[in-house]
Amino acid sequence: MYSLAISVKDLSKKYDSTLAVSHANFEVPLGTICGFVGPNGAGKTTTIRMLLGLITPTGGTAEILGESINHPDRYLSKVGALIEGPAFYPALSGEENLKVLATLGGYPIERVSELIKTVGLDGRGGSKYKTYSLGMKQRLGIAAALLPRPQVLILDEPTNGLDPEGIQEVRDLLKKLASEGTTVFVSSHLLSELELISEYIVMLRKGEVVFAGSMQDLLMQQQPIILVKTESQTDLHKIVEIAEGDGHKATIRSEVAHIEGPAEWAGVLNKKAFEAGILLTQLSPQLPNLEETFFEMTGDRS
Amino acid sequence: MRVVLAEWRKLRRPTLLLGTLGAALFFTGLTTTFLYLMIDSEQGNSDRGRQVGREVLNLASGSVFGFASVGGLLGIIALCVFAAQTAQEYTYGTLRNLLVRQPGRIRILLGKLIAMKLFALIMVGIAALVSISLSYFLSDRAKVSTDLWFTSEGIHAIGQTILNVAISVIYFGIVGMVLGLLLRSPISAISFGVLWLLIIENLIGAVKPVTLDWMPGSQLSIIAQGGSPEVSYSHALTLGTLYVFAGAVVATVLFSRRDVAN
Repeated sequence: MYSLAISVKDLSKKYDSTLAVSHANFEVPLGTICGFVGPNGAGKTTTIRMLLGLITPTGGTAEILGESINHPDRYLSKVGALIEGPAFYPALSGEENLKVLATLGGYPIERVSELIKTVGLDGRGGSKYKTYSLGMKQRLGIAAALLPRPQVLILDEPTNGLDPEGIQEVRDLLKKLASEGTTVFVSSHLLSELELISEYIVMLRKGEVVFAGSMQDLLMQQQPIILVKTESQTDLHKIVEIAEGDGHKATIRSEVAHIEGPAEWAGVLNKKAFEAGILLTQLSPQLPNLEETFFEMTGDRS
Repeated sequence: MRVVLAEWRKLRRPTLLLGTLGAALFFTGLTTTFLYLMIDSEQGNSDRGRQVGREVLNLASGSVFGFASVGGLLGIIALCVFAAQTAQEYTYGTLRNLLVRQPGRIRILLGKLIAMKLFALIMVGIAALVSISLSYFLSDRAKVSTDLWFTSEGIHAIGQTILNVAISVIYFGIVGMVLGLLLRSPISAISFGVLWLLIIENLIGAVKPVTLDWMPGSQLSIIAQGGSPEVSYSHALTLGTLYVFAGAVVATVLFSRRDVAN
C-alpha cells in the first residue's frame, strides 16, 4: 500500500543541451493540496508532462499512487489533469468535447452534465467551444480533469483567465476535493492563492527543486519582516541605520523600509525612532508570506 | 472500441460529415455526367482526355466505369480528412487530453484509423450508389445499353469495383494519416499530400511516363480502376500495399516514442 500520491526521485529531462528538469526530488502525501511554483521556464510543465507519461524522462524515476510513470496505463484512470491550459476541439460544443473524453476513458456520459454544472457552465454547455471566453475554456478544462473522479488531480495554472469570483470558486472546489480525500497538485502564478490552500509546496528554479516540504516549514525558514514608513525619505535612511546598528538587515523598496526582525523588535524600533525625533507613519510587523519567500528563494522578481 | 466511439463523435459532426459527402458527391456526379454527356466529344469524356466509347460502357462493368474513374479523387478527399483529423490533435493540443485518458498510443492510433475507415466506407458506399444511379439515368441519353449491367457478371463487377475503390480510398487515407503524424500540421500534411499526388507525380510522369508504374499515388489510383493498360492490378496492389505499410510502420514507431510536448 502506498502512502504517497506522488513520489519523484532524481527526475531529469534534457532537451539537446538544455536541462529542463535536473535531478528533481519531492513527495506529495495522499489527500493534501500541494502547490507547485517556479518562475516561467523553471520546468513545472515539463515535470507535469513527465508525471502524466506524455514525455519520457532522461533520468530518474517517479511514482504516482505507487505506480511507476513508465506505466501510465496503470494509474492514469485515477488521475485527472489540466496541462498548460485547456485544449479542446473548437467546432464541438463544450458538452460534446467532454463526451469525447468520457467515451475515451469509459466514464458514464451522464457525468458530463453533472460536471458542466459543477464548474458553472450550465446554460453554455451546448455552445461551441470556439465561442467560449478564456475563463469558460478554463472551467471546461477543470471539468475534463474531474471526469474520472480522480484520486490525484494535477492542475497546471487552473485559474488563468478566471475573474476573482471564478478564482474563489476554484479555490473552494479544490479545498472540497481535498477534504474528500483527493490529492491536488497545482501549479499557479497566484502565490497568494496557493498560500491560502496549500499544505505542501514544491518550488522549482531553473529546473532544480529549491524547496519541497510543508508550507509551514518553508515560511518558518524565512525571517519575519517589519515594514516602516516615515514622513520624509531622510528619516527612512536614519531608520535603516538604526536597524543595521542593532544587527538587522534592512532595505528600502518603494519608499518603505523592509527590516528583517521579530515582531517584538518593532517596539524597540518605535522607541528608538521617537528618541531620534523621527515620526513613523507606518510600523507593521509581518510574517513572511509565500510571495516574499518565492522571490527570496528563486531570485525572480519579474 | 472506446477510442473508435470517441473518434466517431468528432467525425459525425454535420459540417465535417456533410462537407465531405458533398465534395465526394460533387466529384462523383461531375465525372459520371461527363462520361455520358460527352461520349461523342472529340476532346474525350474521361480523365486526361481519354475517350471511353459505348462499346466499353455497354459491357457488364459499364455501370461502375464512372465510379472507378472517380476513385482517385475520392482518395484525395480521404487523404485530406485523415490528415486533418490526425494533425489537428497536435495543433489544437488535444492529443495530450487523449493520451491522459487513453495512454495506449497504439490503441489511440488504431481506434482513430478504424473510425476514419468507417467514415471513408460510408463515403465510398454513397458515392457508388449515386454514380451507378446517375449512369443508369444518363445511359438512355448517351445511347448506352444497360442490358448486361445487372446480370450476375454485372453485379460481380459492381462488387469488385466498390471493393477496389474502398481499398484505394483507405490507402489514400492512411497516407494522409501518416503525413498528419509526421508533419503535425493539417495544412502542411494536406498541402504536401495533394501537391505530390496531383502535381508532382503528374509532372514527373509527363517527362518520364515509366515512373508512373512506380509512383505511390499512381498505384493507389490504378487500384481503384482495377488496373490500367500500362500497370496490372496485382502490381498496383502489391506496390501500393508496400508503400502504405512502410509509411504506417514509420509513423507508428514515431508516434509511440515521440514526446508530446505541445
